[in-house]
Amino acid sequence: MSTTTLLRSRPSRPLKGGGVSRTSPLKPRRSRLLTGMMLLYLVYTLVPLLWLLLSATKTQDDLLSSPGLWFGKTFALFSNIQDTLTYDDGIFLRWLGNTLLYVVVGAGGATLLATAAGYGLAKYKFAGRRAVFAVLLGAVAVPGTALAVPTFLMFSNLGLTNTVWAIIIPSLVSPFGLYLMWVYASDAIPHDLLEAARIDGAGEIRIFFTVALRLLVPGVVTVLLFAVVATWNNYFLPLIMLSKPNLYPLTVGLTQWSNQATGVGARPIYNLVITGSLLTIVPLVIAFLFLQRFWQSGLSAGSVKQ
Amino acid sequence: MAESVVLRRRRAGFHRDSKGWIFVGPFLAVFALTFLAPIGYAIYLSLFREQAFFGGTVFVGLDNYLDVIQDSKFWEAFGRVLLFLVVQVPIMLVLALLAALAIDSARLHGANFFRIVIFLPYAVPGVVAVLMWGYIYGNNFGLAADLNDLLGSTSIVPLSARWMLPSIANIVTWEFVGYNMLIFYSALRTVPEELYEAAAIDGAGTIRTIRAVKLPALRGAIVIATIFSIIGSFQLFNEPNILRTLAPNVITTYFTPNMYAYNLSFAGQQFNYSATVAIVMGVITAVIAYVVQLRGSREAM
Repeated sequence: MSTTTLLRSRPSRPLKGGGVSRTSPLKPRRSRLLTGMMLLYLVYTLVPLLWLLLSATKTQDDLLSSPGLWFGKTFALFSNIQDTLTYDDGIFLRWLGNTLLYVVVGAGGATLLATAAGYGLAKYKFAGRRAVFAVLLGAVAVPGTALAVPTFLMFSNLGLTNTVWAIIIPSLVSPFGLYLMWVYASDAIPHDLLEAARIDGAGEIRIFFTVALRLLVPGVVTVLLFAVVATWNNYFLPLIMLSKPNLYPLTVGLTQWSNQATGVGARPIYNLVITGSLLTIVPLVIAFLFLQRFWQSGLSAGSVKQ
Repeated sequence: MAESVVLRRRRAGFHRDSKGWIFVGPFLAVFALTFLAPIGYAIYLSLFREQAFFGGTVFVGLDNYLDVIQDSKFWEAFGRVLLFLVVQVPIMLVLALLAALAIDSARLHGANFFRIVIFLPYAVPGVVAVLMWGYIYGNNFGLAADLNDLLGSTSIVPLSARWMLPSIANIVTWEFVGYNMLIFYSALRTVPEELYEAAAIDGAGTIRTIRAVKLPALRGAIVIATIFSIIGSFQLFNEPNILRTLAPNVITTYFTPNMYAYNLSFAGQQFNYSATVAIVMGVITAVIAYVVQLRGSREAM
């Protein structure tokens, strides 16, 4: 498996055994100095995550008394996880469920809409196509958060605030995803193939689902990955749209827990915020590592057609 | 760009008919609801003002815009994100570029491992990243406290007024180097092997190959990454807003333009003025992004 992935990930630079000598610039000697410098950066990347992992094993008292990058007196990871999941009648699980709902419907819908639209823009020349480009390009430059307040007021007038739709509907649009799919579909789908399907009498929608979609899979996975990350991480939109803790996603819920530590009647639950943070990261890291295999070939597939 | 459009038009087999709307239509419908309608509504709001005593709103033309232009809080916030942009974005993009070049160089042991791990922070939700770093910065149980103990000093105070902006810059850099590295790395992947062979035959060394082959291939990716980073900097909100609970005296309600607009709306109920601030910021961002894009593509020719 790993060899095929390696070969696929570098289609334009085949690993030739003979011919090229080891010192050739095309297959240079590995450098310890460069590796060492990259290791330094790796440490910077990993230290905060290591801190989080270690801190999740500590009780609140140990957090305050033990060194940051080592274990505390008691190993409390499992009791921390249990407390996180049961605190306040298991509100954390509720937030996790909400996040999953927003991710599945929001990111899934965004990927579907972007894929269809990217395909439509790449493969059909219809009146108004250029106007679509112009409007999209203009809109992408407008900062998303500049839209947040007016979107809130609009949704408030429509009675959509404090419903799941306030989060899902705005998540459905990914101009960046559309751009990626448009570029990808332009290259990945030969016109002749579509013409052949048309001659066979297939309708346009059927062609999309049976012929085109299959060729678009690596691009779709890439767009889906970014849409999932964006929806899972969404903070600003739910923060302004939702005031009922029952509808919060994990991000807003965790900051609410963190805010408990200050102000009148402070009830710090640092250990739960830290353990909750760890639990929030894990599914996304797993999803990312899992999808990595797919979009690794997805990224290179675009460069096969040199 | 214009050339490729012409080529495309000449190419036979491009399906000419309006059936494309079947595919583009659904996206555009949601796009209109979530992008175009709020922009229109924001412009409408910005032309009115709440009446203090009588209730209701009254049409004031461009008065709100004149107020924003003379608002010292707005300009203070703007200056802060501009400073952030000028310092943080180049550091982040250079780090990402170096990482991408190193991983692509084939001189690295375990290049795949490096690529995955460096990208990892992008998968960490921004909120979690800020909470994590916020605690690490803190004096209670953070690494900053450990470091002070170790050095016997009290000088490392990441959440103080002097250190706050660099502290935020560090969080943003940590989060997004990997993402930008991936953009650059993907662009490097599209360089045809023949170019490297040609460079090698011409006797070009590593540095020369980077300058003559790799950097030109990266130009488009650099422009894109720069534009995204500019937009991101001007929109700065999550990091200061979450750190505010840890350092309420350092981070004001108008620390960034976005926080200003947010607090005007949700703490002050000044929806019309808030919409105006949002529009002014949007226009400034769009203009700067557009200029970068123009400069980027002009240099490419």
